Amino acid sequence: MREGPIARLLLRLATVLVLAFLLAPMVAVVLLSFSPTELLALPPRGFSLRWYGEFLESSRWLLAMKNSFIVAGATTMVATVLGTMAALGLQLGRFRGKAVLVTILTLPMVTPYIVTAAAMFFAYSLVGLTGSLAGLVLAHTVVAVPFVVVSVLATLQTFDTTLLRAAASLGASPATAFLRVVVPNIWPGIAAGAIFAFATSLDEFVITLFMAGPGQFTLPRQMYASVREFLSPTILAAATMLFLCSLGFLLVSEAIRLRAERRGRA
Amino acid sequence: MRRTNWLAALLIAPLMLLILGSFLLPVGFALFTAVADREVAETLPRTRAALVAWDGQGLPPEAAFAAMAQELGQALEDRRIGDMAQRLNFERTGMRGLLLRTARAANRLSAPYATSMVTLDARWGAPETWLLVQRAGGPVTPLYLLRAMDLQRAAGGGIEAVAADEALYRMLFWRTLGISLVVTALCVILAYPVAYTIARLRAPWSSIALTLVLIPFWSSVLVRSTAWFVLLQREGPVNQAMMALGLTEVPVQIVGTRIAVVVALVHVLLPFAVLPMHSVMKRLDQTYLRAAASLGANGFQRFFRVWLPMSLPGVLAGGAMVFLLAVGMYTAPALVGGDRDQMVAWFIAYFMNREVNWGMAAALSAYLLAMTGAAIGLARVLTSGIATSGGRA
Repeated sequence: MREGPIARLLLRLATVLVLAFLLAPMVAVVLLSFSPTELLALPPRGFSLRWYGEFLESSRWLLAMKNSFIVAGATTMVATVLGTMAALGLQLGRFRGKAVLVTILTLPMVTPYIVTAAAMFFAYSLVGLTGSLAGLVLAHTVVAVPFVVVSVLATLQTFDTTLLRAAASLGASPATAFLRVVVPNIWPGIAAGAIFAFATSLDEFVITLFMAGPGQFTLPRQMYASVREFLSPTILAAATMLFLCSLGFLLVSEAIRLRAERRGRA
Repeated sequence: MRRTNWLAALLIAPLMLLILGSFLLPVGFALFTAVADREVAETLPRTRAALVAWDGQGLPPEAAFAAMAQELGQALEDRRIGDMAQRLNFERTGMRGLLLRTARAANRLSAPYATSMVTLDARWGAPETWLLVQRAGGPVTPLYLLRAMDLQRAAGGGIEAVAADEALYRMLFWRTLGISLVVTALCVILAYPVAYTIARLRAPWSSIALTLVLIPFWSSVLVRSTAWFVLLQREGPVNQAMMALGLTEVPVQIVGTRIAVVVALVHVLLPFAVLPMHSVMKRLDQTYLRAAASLGANGFQRFFRVWLPMSLPGVLAGGAMVFLLAVGMYTAPALVGGDRDQMVAWFIAYFMNREVNWGMAAALSAYLLAMTGAAIGLARVLTSGIATSGGRA
């Protein structure tokens, strides 16, 4: 069923304009980061990697990058393991109140980050966990883990549990059955959740602002501090690199999704 | 069966413990902080005890004066007078000065303290000062929750509005609500045609368009806010373009205005509106449209009477998501907005970091949580309303 030609043209035009609005800032940041001068004007007058050089020579930015990847890596590991376990438990268990449990475990997703950040700061400062990377990992895990739970739960819903009985009847121990039957079937959900957890931690700014110690700058925190101080194109180089990371995450997660879909159809 | 449940519990337990210890308890503790009143009880325990029996008529007994003078002097010496002074000063400006002055003079004061303290500062002779201290004895106070609504306890009991020049927070909540509603409306209006077009596009194009929506969805909010900060600069590309088009003669200040906040928020949140709408529209049964057409419906009728009602759950889900995120958003407004035109989240951070007034930060957090909870609840009610009316139709 088609719209009239005029309606269709208008709809497409609106779509193109909105998509352009969504993408223009990202394109502008990438272009400006290659600007040879400090002038932030479009179109750029020339091309240079000067600001990327500055980024790589600045100990502040390098430390921020290192901290970001340490925290994001640790967060991803903890969130993926705990989230996958919990999702398995939720799928396996036959008890009442499962929906309530899922709601509780995913509450951090709908709670404003600023409230989570303030609450964690109150509580963590009581036990002396503020200002440590470990505390930051714990905090990031809380906001990242719901994505793992939701994502793994979704793939588990399509998992055929008779396969487990088949594995058991063929003499597989529960551990073997898990590693050789369950994981190969639900890995797209685990991987997608892990990627989202990593991206969440890498981008997280509000909680970090409260929880991290004076020396513990992550990329977003360093970016925010720099923007407020002096707007140098080095910030845009950092933004471009973070943006390329996100683009990579998007492509990988889409590839996983497509593969899983093709498997599901086969 | 029972063994499976044990295994399930064992698998869920670690995450449940983490969420409990690192999220539920902290949020609960924050909500308690909004009503907690512990500073006076901690710093002036004997004064508080001496004031418990006081009926509030005239002046308190000499024991209260003596305890106050000694405990203030001790607290100053131990450097733990600050929190308590700030707490009382927050309820009545000037209390910090009175307390510090008395603490510094503590060793010069002598019995009867009721006389020497009033000689030092006449405010000690006013029953309101002592009532203030008595009421701050804890363990709970409505002070912060009231103040976050521009209210305070009246001298004679009851509740009154604060002075007009101190009123701030009701305006803040209205502003937050207003900005969030505008952003939500804009997002829904902009997202609908995009979601519609993507759902109706053919194979490679629909995926390509969807990916273009996903790119900003996956990129960092801070990166995108920074991008707008750069674009909207005085010498930035947006001003350049406006001058080239002859819209303005001189560069306009955009960063720090509400327009900048709305633009950045719409940009950050738009994908959250498109994606739920798209996932609903993608699954819509297009045969309804053909059925409507075969019954003689024209394009307008097909859209307004068939497509739009069927896609409403997506609109609601997207709108609720955008509103939820907008109300609590810190990053984008903090970066591109002005200091005088900020939303609730900014004030929470302000009270945490600059004022170090946990009570106010917690009270504002409590109201913010209530706002998001109400938004979720409303969305649920409306969604189930649509579902049942759709089922009846």
